[in-house]
Amino acid sequence: MGYSLDFGWLAGAAGVIARGAAMTLLLIAVTTLAGTFLSILGAAGKRNGPKPLQLAIGIYVEVMRNTPFLVQLFFIFFGLPTLGIRLDPILAAVLAMTLNMAAYTIEIVGAGLDAVPRGQTEAALALGLRPRQVFVKIVLPQALKVIYPALTSQIVIMMLESAVVSQIAVRELTYEADMLQARTFRAFETYFVVTMVYLGLSMGLRRLLVGGGRRVLGAGVS
Amino acid sequence: MIEFTFWDIVRNLLLAARWTVLLSLAAFIGGALVGLVVLFFRIAKNSWVKRIASGYIALFQGTPLLMQLFLMFFGLPMLGLRIEPWTAAALGLTFFASAYLAEIWRSGVDALPRGQWDAGASLGLHYLQELRLIILPQAFAITRAPTVGFLVQLIKSTALTSIIGFEELVRTSNAINNATFEPFKVYGLVALIFFVMCFPLTQYARRLEQRAGAR
Repeated sequence: MGYSLDFGWLAGAAGVIARGAAMTLLLIAVTTLAGTFLSILGAAGKRNGPKPLQLAIGIYVEVMRNTPFLVQLFFIFFGLPTLGIRLDPILAAVLAMTLNMAAYTIEIVGAGLDAVPRGQTEAALALGLRPRQVFVKIVLPQALKVIYPALTSQIVIMMLESAVVSQIAVRELTYEADMLQARTFRAFETYFVVTMVYLGLSMGLRRLLVGGGRRVLGAGVS
Repeated sequence: MIEFTFWDIVRNLLLAARWTVLLSLAAFIGGALVGLVVLFFRIAKNSWVKRIASGYIALFQGTPLLMQLFLMFFGLPMLGLRIEPWTAAALGLTFFASAYLAEIWRSGVDALPRGQWDAGASLGLHYLQELRLIILPQAFAITRAPTVGFLVQLIKSTALTSIIGFEELVRTSNAINNATFEPFKVYGLVALIFFVMCFPLTQYARRLEQRAGAR
């Protein structure tokens, strides 16, 4: 044995860890906005779009849900350049995260849209609203309220999954941890501290989303 | 430079996929066993025991699996065990799976009406008999769909063990890609192999869900 834990390096590393955490939060913020927007389009398209589009969305969802995120990331970052599409690591990471998250949230948003009674649409149409107004102003807000808890979980899951993008050298929390442990030779302590930072981030993010959702979407969001 | 034909790539990937399957099975079985223990703690009457189990579950569900694997990989040697990617991968995924499975089954136990416990008690069964004969069979039955769903997630999660050096599908594909410089083809094939493993299970889970919904 004779191994003793040493956290002496921590004081000098706080700045690096904070920078990594900020990058992780930035990634998940962009992904959340882009992914939610994409999944609203996807869910609407899967319900009301032309048949080929419905089929395409269905295939997209199944492919993304049945393959690992890491492979999707490698495919986008290493595979796409052979087709002439070269992305820098951060862009590739955001793209992979957004596409992955959308595959899950399309189903969630779709379930929310189904949960809004048909009468709501009929009433809005009877009042003379145009179909797009009906969707944006009547159906969507009610659907989002229903699915908000599921959406929150998905965002937190995606944040945890984003640790993987360190593998294409995006300088987020895990990447900084890798660099740090290579410098300090304190692998276990470094990863332990960073794991705790992730735990704090996921608990904080969940609380923030639930609190924010209650304010924006009104009561009844849990 | 070694020449790789298309079939060489496919054959090597399929050989590596054996390890992905084996690791998934080991983690699922190990996770089910440990998860059962966590479940017992989680539904115990003692509030402290319950709290420990909740903390365990929250810890694994609130941190990235990649970090858990790193901690296994670098933490095990401190306990005097040798670093072995297979050990770290199998143990890491086992604990990861145990937390999720315990939580899934707990939802099944909670969904059962109180009367099931009361009926068991009135028949003179003690706590463990009640669990074994009445509660757990029903809890497992109603959570079969999410359990299969989690198995899909577990299979996909084995990809992360490539990062700590376990020689499974993704790590092999990285090596092949470094030799052939055909990432589009190689990673496309890897995705296809994962899809072939996961899609039938996803469909099975969906059918179970529909059958449960129809009842």
